[in-house]
Amino acid sequence: MKLQLNGDAITAQVETLADLLADQGLETAKVATAVNGTFVPATLRAGHILQDGDSVEILAPMQGG
Amino acid sequence: MRDFYGTALDNGFMLGTAQYPSPAVLADAFKRSGASVATVSLRRESGQDRAGQDFWQLIQDLGVHILPNTAGCHSVKEAVTTAHMAREVFDTKWIKLEVIGEEDTLQPDVFGLVEAARILSEDGFQVFPYTTEDLVVADKLLQAGCEVLMPWGAPIGSGLGLNNLFGLRAMRAHFPDVPLVIDAGLGLPSQAAQAMELGFDAVLLNTAVAKAGDPAQMAHAFALAIQAGQAAATADPMEPRDMAAPSTPVIGKAFLE
Repeated sequence: MKLQLNGDAITAQVETLADLLADQGLETAKVATAVNGTFVPATLRAGHILQDGDSVEILAPMQGG
Repeated sequence: MRDFYGTALDNGFMLGTAQYPSPAVLADAFKRSGASVATVSLRRESGQDRAGQDFWQLIQDLGVHILPNTAGCHSVKEAVTTAHMAREVFDTKWIKLEVIGEEDTLQPDVFGLVEAARILSEDGFQVFPYTTEDLVVADKLLQAGCEVLMPWGAPIGSGLGLNNLFGLRAMRAHFPDVPLVIDAGLGLPSQAAQAMELGFDAVLLNTAVAKAGDPAQMAHAFALAIQAGQAAATADPMEPRDMAAPSTPVIGKAFLE
């Protein structure tokens, strides 16, 4: 399906948000996820079915002031 | 020192982690600062460089309290969602809440700030709101559930120091029991000392250290200033007066005319 991942258009053969993280090699990474602007906790990723055109954000710790 | 949501800090130094020339310089600056809190953020992670994972390891090694921010958020929804993501990643209820209202000054949108603070407080967050010195806004933030206030000294990254001494003094006097942190705008250790002398509980700064020619040395200088200012505040400073008052006793002075 076609997705927006961190602002970039991608095509991925995935069903759930957990699948997408695995597809990106981030299944064990320290990240937080949101789909279409709504936070999806780590515990709900496996049950979160992605839809064609969904916008996914994967955020990680970064420097900040 | 007043505590922060039940957490007593070793000192009033909160230091940002952005803009250092390298991770090694960042780590060195923290070591020399002795800072008790590090502010951090969240950004998009790519599958390739994994910069976020390395950074996560680095901040864990600092051994300080972590205060995630919602920097760059311009709406209540954006800030609230970012706070939720930060709580999961950093495993803390603390959130430095920024809802930016204006690009030139990066001053907070205080209306959105109060609304976001209420939503997050009700959801169990311990909110550190980046606000102005406005007493009415401060009161509304407290009503919204905040137990800490972080007024700006000057616009973020400006290094101008304490722009509104009257307002900050009034804030300290008006909320004697609330932990108050000067957040943003400090450029020099003397300004941090001044903030602590006024009775503020902590200062939060980043650019002044990270953009100094020698960040570690500047971090150390700020640590000394904060310590000095804090000690002065507890020593009950004298009241200034307009006219001179001789410090050397006049009684017993020789007559030598």
